[in-house]
Order: sequence, then C-alpha cells, then structure tokens
Amino acid sequence: MTTLGVTRTTLLKDLRMEWRSKDAINSMLFFALLVVVIFSFAFNPTAEESRRIAGGLIWVAFLFAAVVALNQTWARELRNQVLDAYRVSPAPPNALFLAKAIGNFFFVVVLEALMAPLFVVFYDLRSVGPVWQLIVVALLGTWALVVNGTFFAALSIRTRSREIMLPLILFPISIPALLAMVDATTSILTGEASPDFWIKMLAVYDVVFTAVCLLLFESVLNAE
Amino acid sequence: MKFFGRFAAIRGISASFAPGRLYVVLGDNGAGKSTLLRIVAGLMEPSQGSFTLLGTTDHRKVAHRVGYMGHAPLLYDELSGMENLRYFAGLYGLDDDTVCRKAMQMVGLDPELSRRIGQYSQGMRQRLSLARAVLHDPELILLDEPFSNVDVHSAREMAAVLGRVRDEGKTLFVVTHQAALMDGVADEFVHMAAGQIVAREEAVRKAAASNAEWTPR
Repeated sequence: MTTLGVTRTTLLKDLRMEWRSKDAINSMLFFALLVVVIFSFAFNPTAEESRRIAGGLIWVAFLFAAVVALNQTWARELRNQVLDAYRVSPAPPNALFLAKAIGNFFFVVVLEALMAPLFVVFYDLRSVGPVWQLIVVALLGTWALVVNGTFFAALSIRTRSREIMLPLILFPISIPALLAMVDATTSILTGEASPDFWIKMLAVYDVVFTAVCLLLFESVLNAE
Repeated sequence: MKFFGRFAAIRGISASFAPGRLYVVLGDNGAGKSTLLRIVAGLMEPSQGSFTLLGTTDHRKVAHRVGYMGHAPLLYDELSGMENLRYFAGLYGLDDDTVCRKAMQMVGLDPELSRRIGQYSQGMRQRLSLARAVLHDPELILLDEPFSNVDVHSAREMAAVLGRVRDEGKTLFVVTHQAALMDGVADEFVHMAAGQIVAREEAVRKAAASNAEWTPR
C-alpha cells in the first residue's frame, strides 16, 4: 500500500461520495453566487473600476466559499468515527491528507471555473494582461488555500466549535498568500505591473506550507 | 496507566495474553474496557508505562496484523457495503473483490446488496463493521460491543462466527455487557473494574457452539 495508491483510493472514494451528496459543491456555489450578485449590486462599478477591485472580490468570494467546503472535509470522517478505521490501518497518514487536499483543490477549481463567467458578466471584466497568467495564479492560489485549509480543518476537528475555529486559524496564516493572489490578479487584469513577483511568492508559499503540513499531519491525525 | 485529565481510566494493568484464544472482557460502564481496547488497537497511547503488541511497541509495524471493530460502525453511510469494504481493503493493499465478498458472506450479508449502508438496519451495520474488521485476515481481532443494537438471534450467530474465527487460530478480545452470548464460545473471561483487571476466569467451551450457520439476509 503505497502513499500514491492509498491517495488515489481515498480521493476516488471522496469524489464518489461528493458526487452522490453534492454537499460541498452546492454550498460553495450558493455562497459564491451570493457574494458575486450582492457585490455587483452594492458597487455597480465601471469596467475600469472593476479591473482594480476584482482581484480582491474574486479571492474573497473564493476564500469564503472554500471555507464552507473545507469545514465539511473531515465531517464525513467523523460521522461513525470512520477516521479510527483509517488510523488503525497501516495506510500512510500523509496519503489521507493528500487525498483530502487534492479533493478540495478539485472542488474549488470547479467552483472557480463555474464562477469565472459570472464575474465577467456581472463586473464587465476584460483582462489587459495575458489570461494564461490568471490561470497560473488561480491554480497556485487555490492550492495555497486548500492545503492550509485541509490541515487546519483536521487540526480543529476535535474542537467543539470547529466551524468557527477554522476561519480563525486559517485566515491569518493565509494573509501572505491572499495578498499575493489579489496583487497578482489585479496586476494581470489592469496590465499596469508585472505579476511575476507575486506568482513566485505564491509558488514558494505553496511549497513551504505543503511541506510543513505533510510533516505535521501524522501528529494532528493521532492527537487525542 | 491512562489518564483523562485527572481521571485514571486505566490503572496499573500488567498482564499478558496467549495467542489463539477468545477473551471476553467484562465490567461495568467506566471500568476501562473500551480504553484498554483502544490502547491495544493503537488509537491511544498509555499515559504511563509501556505496551507491547505482537512483539513490538511500534503499532504501525503490526497494524496489518490487527483488526478493530469500534463502538461506532466505522463505515461510510453514503457507500454500499461492498464499496465500503473495497475502500478499506485498499488501505491494507488488497484490491481483490473476492476478499470483500468472502467477508460479507462470512457475516451473512449479500455482497450484491447495492443500497447505501445509511439505509441498513443497526444489526446489518454491526455485521458489516465486523466484516470490515476481519477483511484483511488479522491475527488479533479487537471487538468493542459487537452485539449492541443486534437482535438476540443475530447476536448468537455473530458469537458463533467469532468462535469459528478463533478456531482458525486467531486471537480475539470481545468487550461486551452480554456475557451470556459468549458462554461456550469464550476461552477466558477477563473482569475489569475501576481501570484494573480484577479477575481472569477460564471458561468452558462447547464444541457445538461454533458450528451454527449464519442465515444470509
């Protein structure tokens, strides 16, 4: 039972369960949709203004929507105490973490793909910079959110008010990534500055936090 | 020793158990039975002292040789019985459907049953939980209240299955409040009180007890 094999098995199981229940994707979509519509009514920006504020709007919407899904990441494992069945097995702990993080990454990317056209329509968005860079920022930024989110969701599963705990722990630690995501997105949309520095910062953030989460996950999983 | 805050759930247990026997652990609520089982399963660390399992203190090394059935079913409600077993078999590096089918048949469940286990009765969930625990053919099987929410007839069948598993050379620890069900099947009754083993009593085995057949449903 290799880490890769167990990761794949666990990921497929999670995708099947999500496909049947649609718990995470429905709640994320509904939340993100609300943010997009309400903000568009509240600001009613011009195309030029949109380019300046969209970076912040988009990532705030995705961050809050992702938290909704992240909170549910471990809920299924707690019901019927299924996590104990994993813990007594010889399967590597990191395989569970990777499967959960990749699953969440997939759900949030699907959400982003579905919401992107709505942002364009509601905010009359046209990118001055190259669109492929937006895709790079979206992928790096999403991984930054979900890798920490998955880890801190695991850390807070044994606390009584875990739904409040997750954003309380996750948001402060995500500030550098969020800054990089917003600045890189704004730079690309307005075309006024190069997003290279922010993209590199996001890449470094991803590598560092993925390594730290993988190193610490076993202790979190087996904490009493 | 195992403490929860200032409460000692397990205190000063020093015992060894021979393999290939079926031990029934008895005691009142709060006696420390489930805590002891969770320590043996590797789900908890003792607060003080050491614990050797199958010749090692590193649980992960022998995890594939141990099967654990918890108080809760430890199964996903959103998946069918076979889907659940396939997933857990994968955690033990088994990707052969025959293993899952055999485990389901052993506990009297139909492998073709496609409904999700959220729609199973409590008894069926308990049986599937037992199937999950023995799926990978472990040497040591730890069962915490396997008969809870199971009707008397099914519980007797389950006890007979446990006897047959022991006859195959496995070691079983069964925590239960229904000692009568294990009469004639158990090898030894282990009595616990206030976090200690207070008595160990040899049981009388009946040869016929483990020959009962499970009625598939």
